[in-house]
Amino acid sequence: MYIIKRLFTMLVTIWVITTLTFIIMHSIPGDPFASDADVLPEEVLENMRAKFNLDEPMPVQYALYLKNLATLDLGPSIQSKTRDVNTLIADGFPASALLGIQSLVIALVFGLILGIIAALNRNGIIDYAAMAFAIIGISIPSFILAPLLIKYFAVDWGLLPVASWGTWLHTVLPSVALATAPLAIVARFMRSSMLEVMNQNYIKTADAKGLSTTGIVIKHGIRNALIPVISFIGPLAAFLLTGTFVIEKIFAIPGIGKYFVDSIFNRDYPVILGTTIFFSAILIITLFLVDISYRIVDPRIKLSSKGD
Amino acid sequence: MTSLLDVKDLEVSFKTYGGEVKAVRGVDFHINQGEVLAIVGESGCGKSVTAQTIMGLLPKKVSMIKGGNVTFQGEEILGLPKKKMQKIKGSKIGLISQDPMTSLNPTMKIGSQIAETIKKHTDLPKYQIKNRTIELLGLVGIPNPEKRYSQYPHELSGGMRQRVLIAMALSCEPQLIIADEPTTALDVTIQAQILDLLKDLQQRLNTSILIITHDLGVVAEIAQRVSVMYAGKVIESGTVEEIFDNPKHPYTWGLLNSIPKYTNGEKERLVPIEGSPPDLFAPPAGCPFAPRCEYAMEICIGEMPDAKQISESHHAKCWLNDPRAPIVEGLVAAGRNE
Repeated sequence: MYIIKRLFTMLVTIWVITTLTFIIMHSIPGDPFASDADVLPEEVLENMRAKFNLDEPMPVQYALYLKNLATLDLGPSIQSKTRDVNTLIADGFPASALLGIQSLVIALVFGLILGIIAALNRNGIIDYAAMAFAIIGISIPSFILAPLLIKYFAVDWGLLPVASWGTWLHTVLPSVALATAPLAIVARFMRSSMLEVMNQNYIKTADAKGLSTTGIVIKHGIRNALIPVISFIGPLAAFLLTGTFVIEKIFAIPGIGKYFVDSIFNRDYPVILGTTIFFSAILIITLFLVDISYRIVDPRIKLSSKGD
Repeated sequence: MTSLLDVKDLEVSFKTYGGEVKAVRGVDFHINQGEVLAIVGESGCGKSVTAQTIMGLLPKKVSMIKGGNVTFQGEEILGLPKKKMQKIKGSKIGLISQDPMTSLNPTMKIGSQIAETIKKHTDLPKYQIKNRTIELLGLVGIPNPEKRYSQYPHELSGGMRQRVLIAMALSCEPQLIIADEPTTALDVTIQAQILDLLKDLQQRLNTSILIITHDLGVVAEIAQRVSVMYAGKVIESGTVEEIFDNPKHPYTWGLLNSIPKYTNGEKERLVPIEGSPPDLFAPPAGCPFAPRCEYAMEICIGEMPDAKQISESHHAKCWLNDPRAPIVEGLVAAGRNE
């Protein structure tokens, strides 16, 4: 029951996002053919507008778009004559997804480990080192880190390929560049959460049972410390998805980010809408999965439609 | 006969930004096999710190054990290596902690939380551990133990959670149970049930209990002997009868006077102890209670009295018990009738 209700809410959210994007997009001055307006005769422009239904009144265009969207057809791309939006996404998304997921895994695994180690060595050298690294990681933007990584790992030391997409080795540098900031944030988050949990009475209870320190940390500490960190994974996934635009540009990766940015400059309406809806859907699904995993980690949370 | 637990001259301090807080300043007491000793005192007198020191639960970075001995079954356990102490904790000494609402791990089934103690200290196979856990849940009076086994703490009431903590402390049949304010967080009817349960289990299993409380009602209910603590020191100790019927320290008189009483069907006003305990950053050289004591003499400010023996089991640290002191006891028939 909860899941059904939740799915319905997700659909409504998508619809709201579609509508808002549609309105905002059309309120930007210019249209897809604005740059051609000086060189092409008026009749040709008329014909092209008609081809993409841009001559219809706005409500009709909106209705037509929704009708297509209902069949999961995101429409044609105005810029690319040969590929429609569905194909663009199908072509570009695998690379972006691989990059995003790989970064997410790096950020979570190393961030959590770093945070736990820092918390257990509170105010020790390891803690200071980890937190110094975290501050640097948060402060350096990925578009500065990426060229630095390329310079050292690819150009100077020749360990990894400079750019482009091919083997798995090509994915290492962009994933690291993308993962550093979220890794640092996760580490700081986990450290403070862990410190708080290790001060709780139930940790004292576990200690009084004669459990070993490792046993206490693993069985009683980490799981409880994860609860606040999980809430951060949703926004983190969003960050990694949008963050890929910059990284894809720097490493010349044929991902979906390129189309998203270009489409805005070209007023390629179907591509703007299509990629926005696609990203929103991914984000909404991620948040849904995060909510489900809450239930697994914290038994106090029941998935119910009450209190929505 | 040697006692089960012997605490001698225990001194514990905490490092704070403001300086060193001398929380426990030379505490002595002992518990015999099968005996219930209560440590009574107001908040901040060092009673919980004493319990945590015995269990080795003090946060290491901020606390210092400045001196003294804690002997358990003839073996010194103060400063024992961590691994050796872990073998004693939970198996020979069980702890029932203060706040049942926060002392259970919220993300772990209560059955597993009890079972992990048994798993740590015995070699029983898995199914026997589970059976033993269910048996324990039944022993502490939890209805439907099989079902409760796989429930989480938030599904249980405060009283039930305290029962779970008791089951946990009992799980390896310890010789000694330290109960740190076991009933403070519970409402009165549940308090009585939990005390009855503790008393019943203590008699059936012949365990020793060190119960820490500020509630003299709890003491009268369960303990055989009492140590009264004030500002980090034991100022009077004796059997329950001796402490209630013949208290020899003005602080104990004050404590007994501040219990609500009904005489002749009329409600009497409570007599509070005026003032507040001394600053433990710089504890006074003399008797710490002297500033609040209406019988304080010159010597009380300057010098802490030794324990004066009243009877074989009854000691009090008060100058009034010195043969040279004026007799004031007639003035305060404390806690009895008035």
